[in-house]
Amino acid sequence: MAAPRAASDLREVVAFRIGSQEFCLDIRAVREIRSWSPTTVLPHAPSYVMGVINLRGAVVPIINLAERLALGPLQPEARHVIIITVVDTQVLGLLVDAVSDILTVPPSAVQATPRVGSEATQTFVRGVIAIEQRMLRLIDMEAVLPTGGRAS
Amino acid sequence: MDQSDIRGAFFVECEDLVEALNDGLDRIDESLDAGPDPETVNAVFRAVHSIKGGAGAFKLDALVRFAHQFETTLDALRSGRIQTDPPLMALLHRSADQLSDLLQAARMGDASGSENATILAGQLAAAAGEVEETNDADAEDFGFVPMALDFDPVPADGVPAAATGGVFAIEFSPSRALYACGNDPSVLFRVLADLGQLEVQLDRSRLPDFDVLDWQDSWLDWRLTLITDEPEHQIDEVFEFVEDLCRLDVRPVVAPLPLPEPEPGPAEAAVAAEPVRPVEQRPGSIDENRASAPRATVRVELERVDRLINIVGELVINQAMLSQCVQDEGVAPRSPVRSRLDDFKSLAREIQESVMAIRAQAIKPLFQRMSRIAREAGDIAGKQVRLVTEGDGTEVDKTVIERLADPLTHMIRNAVDHGIEPAERRRATGKPDAGVITLSAAHRSGRVIIEVRDDGGGINRPRVLEIARSKGLVPEDAQLVEEEIDALLFLPGFSTSAVVSDLSGRGVGMDVVKSAIQALGGRVTISSHPGRGTTFTISLPLTLAVLDGMVVDVAGQTMVVPVAAIVETLRPRPADVHSLGSGDQVVAIRGSFVPIIDCGAIFGYREAVRSYHDSVLLLVETGRQKLCALVVDTIHDQRQVVIKGLENGYGKMPGIAAATILGDGRIALIIDPEEVVDLGSADPFALPEA
Repeated sequence: MAAPRAASDLREVVAFRIGSQEFCLDIRAVREIRSWSPTTVLPHAPSYVMGVINLRGAVVPIINLAERLALGPLQPEARHVIIITVVDTQVLGLLVDAVSDILTVPPSAVQATPRVGSEATQTFVRGVIAIEQRMLRLIDMEAVLPTGGRAS
Repeated sequence: MDQSDIRGAFFVECEDLVEALNDGLDRIDESLDAGPDPETVNAVFRAVHSIKGGAGAFKLDALVRFAHQFETTLDALRSGRIQTDPPLMALLHRSADQLSDLLQAARMGDASGSENATILAGQLAAAAGEVEETNDADAEDFGFVPMALDFDPVPADGVPAAATGGVFAIEFSPSRALYACGNDPSVLFRVLADLGQLEVQLDRSRLPDFDVLDWQDSWLDWRLTLITDEPEHQIDEVFEFVEDLCRLDVRPVVAPLPLPEPEPGPAEAAVAAEPVRPVEQRPGSIDENRASAPRATVRVELERVDRLINIVGELVINQAMLSQCVQDEGVAPRSPVRSRLDDFKSLAREIQESVMAIRAQAIKPLFQRMSRIAREAGDIAGKQVRLVTEGDGTEVDKTVIERLADPLTHMIRNAVDHGIEPAERRRATGKPDAGVITLSAAHRSGRVIIEVRDDGGGINRPRVLEIARSKGLVPEDAQLVEEEIDALLFLPGFSTSAVVSDLSGRGVGMDVVKSAIQALGGRVTISSHPGRGTTFTISLPLTLAVLDGMVVDVAGQTMVVPVAAIVETLRPRPADVHSLGSGDQVVAIRGSFVPIIDCGAIFGYREAVRSYHDSVLLLVETGRQKLCALVVDTIHDQRQVVIKGLENGYGKMPGIAAATILGDGRIALIIDPEEVVDLGSADPFALPEA
């Protein structure tokens, strides 16, 4: 199981930034981090699916995480990065502004997501982590997946 | 390795053995006049024997019983007690089919035999003219109970070839009464064998069809050849007790037959004593025939091969990208970097081709299956049909072979049913009674060409046209050229009609064949000469991993359209484009109107364009014979592309078949013309109105 199921599973997280907000992912779900490259647009895909890229021969869909989290559209530029993640067997890329850190987080540091109004936040943020005056939002990768067929 | 693994390995091995078996039978067929090559008969025997051995280990009783009887008959053939003739060969072929069926059943977990197997086993027993098992036949049991039988009544050596006493030809036809008195020919033959060297040959020509057979009567005759030192009356003495119960003719063969070699080897004496048949095969030449021994092979999981193919595809793309980079850097054309890169390029290509070749398999097993289909269809239709295969060593992608089985079966059945005329009509036109269907495979310009050719009556074009008109598939007044009439057979309407079965032409289910072939990226065409036969030609890509694609631009996106679907490309004149209803447009092409589908709009890349003067139309033909014009912006070029599945990464998208990676490393989507046409025409209709 690649995605974090419970907070106690956590050991290390990869922290990254979208706009002014900081997010993180369980490091076990991250396969690699690469620079942005143009995608091939898929027909009738939801707006947050940017298309597919060629990852050493595999066709990998790229999610615009800012759009998925309803943070407003993020126009990709060369300085942006793609975090390649693996959830179950599905490989998925996340477009983010920048990767900042790899942090070790004790399970007790994860707090429940504060009850805010945004539906996207409630769906995709599993919890928040307070660390050194910062707040990391823990992404629920399974919720982010555009499951096959539903996207069309 | 646990039990199920070993079992699995056994069945895989059996596939090879069945292939070897069919192969051997075919070879015996070919040399029917000259008599079978002993080594081939041995190979066939060994194949059945190995299957029996394995089946015994897994307690597959029905299989063991049948294989045993089969083996017994083959052994009789091997030892020369029975001779090959067309009825026997037909029986052996049917038995090989049955063995393969039993294997299939056993694989599915059904260890029980079939009625058919029992009947065939009985026929095999009868054909073997089993000396040892006559008792069983008498007891109304046809001897498919496994028995330890020692089949070597003819000592291959030991008896001096120069047995001077004489050679006697004995014809022995027992009457019904002989059996009724409890006599047994095998006992007589055994006593005869004690006198010298005995050849026993069964004549079962009087044996009627199995369903009309009176088992109490006597149907079997024997011809025996005895080389002995003993005088003739010794032979008479053997038959003394049955003299009035049989027809017996003992006559000395006066001059010893001239032997093919001045100094015959010991094994040859038995053969030479056989008075009817010239012996071409000399024992000494057997070794030379062993050259056809199987080459060493490795069994590999398909998944591993696929992984390798993927990686090599990457290598080739990577090399193309590297070349692009080097060029962009402005490296001089004659620099060492460039020339090393060229070496790398040719190596990468070579690796790719070799890896692709791993998946390739000879088409032979498929063709062998088709021989069986032809035999069975011939039996059902009551026609004499011979299937001739050519180029069965041609290598085709494994997946292609698997998916060709159904369409080919259909075509062979069709050829037997509709192509080949009944014997009396063939005779009337001066053709031999037996129809010949030729199945051939060959590589031609990067594709595999498979032909199904018959020497039948050809397509009855007036009749085809008449039916098409009566079913409203073509307008009454349409003038069609011959090719267009032939192509009508591929229309779906043709397959459902009851009228068609009376048709002397063809047409049953050909639309199914056509769509199956198209699904493989291939095309099928017909050519027919009245009175001389019909040829169906299938043209297929070498592998399913690579596709001939036309690289096009659609609303700024690079996409690929399979060339196999494209009939032609054209730039429409504004006058040819007409609006039809609200927003739909059609283009006039040679008098008929073809619906226009805008790919950019279908895929949601842009609003539908209203004028096509900047666009290119790809006229595509889909399985259901609909012509459609796909609008694209520009055509780049035509090239082979490596197919990448999308299902794992994203899921199925309507109108998209797969993806591929272009030379610059970017992904291009491959359009599925069939689906695009379905998406574009909410209410599909069969043919454009003329």
